[in-house]
Amino acid sequence: MTDPVPEVFLDSSSGEPMLSAARQAWLVAQEAGWGDPARLHRSGRLAAQALDQAREVVAAAVGARPDEVIFTASAAHSQHAAVAGLALGRRRIGSRIVTTAIDHSSILAAAAAAGSHTAVEVDHEGHVDLGRWSAAVGTSGTAAACIQVANHEVGTLQPYAEASEICLHAEVPLILDATSALGRIELAKSGWSVLTAWAGAFGGPASVGILVIKKSTRWRAPYPVDDYQSGRWPGAPDVPAIYAAAVALDYWLQYGRAVGERQHDLIDQLRAGILERVPDVDVTGDPVRRVPHLLTFSVLYVDGETLTLELDKAGFAVASGSACSASSEHPSHVLAAMGALTHGNVRIGLTWTTTATEIDRFLDVLPPIVTEIRTTVGAS
Amino acid sequence: MNEAVSPFKGLSLDCRGMKCPRPIIEIARHIAEVRIGAAVELLADDPAAGPDLAAWCRMRGQTLIGADPPRFLVRRES
Repeated sequence: MTDPVPEVFLDSSSGEPMLSAARQAWLVAQEAGWGDPARLHRSGRLAAQALDQAREVVAAAVGARPDEVIFTASAAHSQHAAVAGLALGRRRIGSRIVTTAIDHSSILAAAAAAGSHTAVEVDHEGHVDLGRWSAAVGTSGTAAACIQVANHEVGTLQPYAEASEICLHAEVPLILDATSALGRIELAKSGWSVLTAWAGAFGGPASVGILVIKKSTRWRAPYPVDDYQSGRWPGAPDVPAIYAAAVALDYWLQYGRAVGERQHDLIDQLRAGILERVPDVDVTGDPVRRVPHLLTFSVLYVDGETLTLELDKAGFAVASGSACSASSEHPSHVLAAMGALTHGNVRIGLTWTTTATEIDRFLDVLPPIVTEIRTTVGAS
Repeated sequence: MNEAVSPFKGLSLDCRGMKCPRPIIEIARHIAEVRIGAAVELLADDPAAGPDLAAWCRMRGQTLIGADPPRFLVRRES
């Protein structure tokens, strides 16, 4: 009997596996700081301390004050609150939300729900068109604009500093979605009004979303609130999870630089290796100005679901933006907006521990799988 | 788009009801049946057909000259 093929997890875009430092921190906080941070007893005070520490870590990482940091329940919750709260706070100005065409679907959904939504086109590598961005942001009635630091599927960095300048000039508050970037690359510490992120993206608990609202921002809670988190997110916070999230972020900031450099090189090797060994493949995204850990490619004539399942059998867990493989009838809006091939899509997200050996093995395994599928469908 | 003719008299591939990548595989298999410079009509109603046909043309050096889903026209260039 042979052992099953050990799985190599290359789907960190759905969540970085929890770092052991974060898991340890969670256990410690569960023991000591499980109380309601609003209570005056010892457990409550310990919880309040842990919550303060967590706010300080996030605040320092993004260039904000600790009392501007809010913890929500997920990336989507943070993004919905960011968009809806600005739309409410600036309702006298208008209800238009400007985004790029490739923002996360939860931002696009929140923008559509807010009133009118303008999605600005991107180029073939995913960079927003700054001329069109300027025109959209400058149109009267714009409540807020939203841009990603880096795209969650293809990794391309947006020219967000330039986009932010445009917003500043037009006096339109900017939501900076740092979900795929926080902890992994140095962020600009100013130029935005609201920042969103998610602990699951950097090896913290998936149940912790991050929302940072700068003091001068005209944001109003678009839901009923209470006394927790200065009236900006209701309900007693899950302190052990929040504390673990802060430890994970701190761990990236302290030790993640070498990991990021290794990941950047591994993605370069993957990109070159795929182009060399697989004919008729569309490798997307900016090859240089990108986050270190993401790569997306699409294989002509191949069905994304079949490719994902064959790679899983060969021991590699990957994501796909093709229709049917993402429990959707429609292909990834990111790929479609970039003019990239949407079928046969594979989305790679390297983890903290991904090795060069694993990437070499992936490059050995992929070409015969592609050839086999193409032969089966009569496209070889 | 002004080159589109209707009803189409050349090679037409009816791929309605098929999921991508099947319509793309079909046009790849049949495009060599027309002379260079001639057009092929593809009928496809899968939501991915539009972006994927455009991407296929870019990757394979063909030209998408009409896109009015479910009707697409591709000119053979090579």
